[in-house]
Amino acid sequence: MLHVGLQHFLILGALLFSLGLVTVATRRNAVGVLMGVELILNGANVNFVAFNHYVTGGVSGQVFALFVIVLAAAEAAVGLAIVLAVFQSFRSIDVRLADTMRE
Amino acid sequence: MSRKIYTWVVLAALVVTFVGALALEVARGAFLPGDLALGPFTLGDLLFYGFAALTLAGAGATAFSKNIVYSAVGLLGALTGAGAIYVFLSADFLAVTQLLVYIGGVLVLILFAVMLTNRITEVTVSNVSLGLPSGLALLAATAPVLAFVAIATPWPERTPDPLAPTTRAIGNAFLTGWLLPFELASLVLLATLIGAVIIARKELKADEPDPSLR
Repeated sequence: MLHVGLQHFLILGALLFSLGLVTVATRRNAVGVLMGVELILNGANVNFVAFNHYVTGGVSGQVFALFVIVLAAAEAAVGLAIVLAVFQSFRSIDVRLADTMRE
Repeated sequence: MSRKIYTWVVLAALVVTFVGALALEVARGAFLPGDLALGPFTLGDLLFYGFAALTLAGAGATAFSKNIVYSAVGLLGALTGAGAIYVFLSADFLAVTQLLVYIGGVLVLILFAVMLTNRITEVTVSNVSLGLPSGLALLAATAPVLAFVAIATPWPERTPDPLAPTTRAIGNAFLTGWLLPFELASLVLLATLIGAVIIARKELKADEPDPSLR
């Protein structure tokens, strides 16, 4: 297992996913939760590209990863806009405090 | 404190430069000297382990740091390391896109949100996590399972192609087989742009004077 192969990349993706999951689950700060989502998406991307290189060939996995990057950028923009809106009405971005649907 | 952050920023800039140069070399058709042996490892292996360590250290800092600014810097390390990992997988265009979109765009956006939503004086208490034990328990529950699946499954592996530039192939794929998702992505981005502006703008109460008119 010394020489780098498919399994190494898969384990790296799995660890990235797990750490992102932990971030999403434990953070009380909404921006921290969004950082965790970025980590999860990166773990998935590493898997896409690794399978593309070692199993399928071609570029379809890389194209998928590019779509993931595009949607992650869109998600970050909308998510942070929501965080700013929540901050304006609750004066805090603690995810436990935002518990009313309207003012 | 500020000196520490400065050191981190310099380190991160160095890594970004290195990854960019590496991706450029791969785009020119160069490949890592995989046969250069250093003990039981080759140079490519050592570089992989180094970048994997950078990625995981950054992800760990993001997950467990008490300070949200350190979390953001950790995310910088994780995203940069993942971008470097793409270079090992013959995905040069993807690596550069990762640098441009994630580090140049998303990370700056996240830092903006951190600065806009935290009063700077209380930045250390602004990232309180729900509890280290529960987080570690979740990590211990998910990571070994996923790693076991990755190792134990007999993936139908083939001999990987040699590292080569992929930009032309990706461009062809986008404008032939993936044309519809490609155009839909641009629609999604437009909707996101408008939606983010509408959500984030300040609403004026009816009895408040417009501050921009003062």
